[in-house]
Amino acid sequence: MIAQLIFMLAFGLAVVFFTIQVKKIIRNINLGKDLHRKDQPAKRWAVMAKVALGQSKMVVRPVAGIMHIFVYVGFVIINLEVLEIIIDGIFGTHRIFSFLGGFYSFLIASFEILALLVLVGVFVFLARRLVLGLKRFSGVEMTNWPKSDAIYILIIEVLLMSAFLTMNAADYKLQLLGYGHYVLAGSFPVSQFLVNLLPADASNLVMIERSCWWFHIIGILAFLNYLPISKHFHIILAFPNTWFSNLNPKGQFNNMESVNNEVKAMLDPSFLPPPADTNSKFGAKDVKDLNWVQLMNAYTCTECGRCTSVCPANITGKLLSPRKIMMDTRDRLDEYGKGVAKQGKDFDDGKSLLDNYVSREEIWACTSCNACVEACPIAIDPLSIIMDLRRYAVMEESNVTASLNAMFSNVENNGAPWKYSPADRLNWAKEDS
Amino acid sequence: MAEMVAQGEKPEILFWVGCAGSYDERAQRITKAFAKILNHVAIKFAVLGTEESCTGDPAKRAGNEFLFQMQAMTNIQVLDGYEIKKIVTACPHCFNTIKNEYPGLGGNYEVIHHTQLIQDLINEGKLKAEGGEFKGKKITFHDPCYLGRGNDVYEAPRRALEVLDADLVEMKRCKSNGLCCGAGGAQMFKEPEKGKKDINVERMEDVLEAKAEIVATGCPFCMTMINDGVKHFEKEQEIQVLDIAEITAKVNGL
Repeated sequence: MIAQLIFMLAFGLAVVFFTIQVKKIIRNINLGKDLHRKDQPAKRWAVMAKVALGQSKMVVRPVAGIMHIFVYVGFVIINLEVLEIIIDGIFGTHRIFSFLGGFYSFLIASFEILALLVLVGVFVFLARRLVLGLKRFSGVEMTNWPKSDAIYILIIEVLLMSAFLTMNAADYKLQLLGYGHYVLAGSFPVSQFLVNLLPADASNLVMIERSCWWFHIIGILAFLNYLPISKHFHIILAFPNTWFSNLNPKGQFNNMESVNNEVKAMLDPSFLPPPADTNSKFGAKDVKDLNWVQLMNAYTCTECGRCTSVCPANITGKLLSPRKIMMDTRDRLDEYGKGVAKQGKDFDDGKSLLDNYVSREEIWACTSCNACVEACPIAIDPLSIIMDLRRYAVMEESNVTASLNAMFSNVENNGAPWKYSPADRLNWAKEDS
Repeated sequence: MAEMVAQGEKPEILFWVGCAGSYDERAQRITKAFAKILNHVAIKFAVLGTEESCTGDPAKRAGNEFLFQMQAMTNIQVLDGYEIKKIVTACPHCFNTIKNEYPGLGGNYEVIHHTQLIQDLINEGKLKAEGGEFKGKKITFHDPCYLGRGNDVYEAPRRALEVLDADLVEMKRCKSNGLCCGAGGAQMFKEPEKGKKDINVERMEDVLEAKAEIVATGCPFCMTMINDGVKHFEKEQEIQVLDIAEITAKVNGL
């Protein structure tokens, strides 16, 4: 009975704390500007099913992709077992679903095989990070915390899976002994090999089985609460993030409506622009100037670095790293969100995403080639943030290099980015080739 | 275009030449080659000539949305004034901008890239599908970002190369994984940021690795960047950079 109460308390607290943390993230995402992204729902569901659920972009890199599918499928499906654990925990029962008989054996056997595959995947990932030292997992933005975060996640997964398999092994051995309520249930294709490693006497076995049971479930509840402060939150946000992804051709950049009103007014004096929002800027200086999808992108990023590894600027040694853009956006949003929570909407700490986090040198190194957008397995768009920062630098500050200013004035005056006369536009047709 | 209207005629298609195609010496040769192809297959086309103006692409990518929209609105007025319905261009930047970004500002046209038109003409049998001087040559295609990733056009330019009976090789980074030449996002008009090398040099290493004798492309900016890459490695004698239009014009004896 006490065990049941402790279980319910732990479970309740975990759910409450998780909800509080998620609400903070939702609040922060909502600090962004509105963006209508609910058109074509059928297509959006299809994209989510293919990219998030179906992992279609993960397998572009086969080794990481297949290992990730092991871990992903394993984790999702083994969590069905958590349902049984929760019911057992609340009602003090043991393997409540064992009445399913043959199907139960099938389920437990699948969980075990998946758990083994998760372990394989996780050990490959650990080796890639700690032994092979893949270049993609380093970089200026990969400071202590992001590096440790990744390792913590992998270690937690090893511990959870080990506890799950050890628990099954102990349970199975008790079943074979016919001890107490440990009735024959389930099939243990993996943990049967652990049976001989365990002590022979029943009381020790019960202790091991119970400790692993508690460790497994408390571990899952703790892990749940680790998610919102970790890159691992992608396991949740990947789904909405792909649903709300940009469905237009990647080459198409949005036309700014605020600018459109002014341009219309310039071209047509009779056009009356709607009253402008005095707080709004052209482009983005800080996180609140970005739209909510861009902010959700930031929380979705799992720092895998596929974007940075294909960025032509980064490859050739420039400062720009698309992953850093996303991590900076998230870190600044965390900071800004905390400030707003304390001091309200007018919070101003004199800092901003541009300059305090992302430097000018970074944003101007981008070739807008969309390689980062293409590479992201969960539809994050670092390019749109870079563009909005550029727009702020150009339209609010007129802070651009002389050569770009010269290009602007050429376009404006000669209708071409170079200093040629419009009258010469047809010269190519005159000369004989 | 103005002359055609004066004669009471209407073109089947407007050839949007673009700034590079109009002024850049190397790109002018692409323009001429493509115009020859259009004449050869007797497509009635027009150019805006002195009435054409920058689409605004470089301004937009550099963050100057005002200038972009001013250019766009002005161009749309000109295009609509001539009741243009269909546009072909040899520049992926113009292609992307007019096709994707003008509709939101009221400019709705059917826009195709010249490699798409060439693909159609080959499929229809209007252009010769023979290798000629390119037979057996090692050719690779460099995907322009705004044609490939930007608009998912990967096959059209390759189709024009497949018919050559040449030895087609892909670079290790191709199609959706293609590496940028370094010119996009208004980089063409500024000095690169500090780094360990230029992007076109990095790209040129892919070309060298593929051991291609000819780099085909479909973008005047890629043309400039890759040509500079060829010069950087002093490979002018071994490696040629050609636009799909130039290759097609050559094998058709134009």
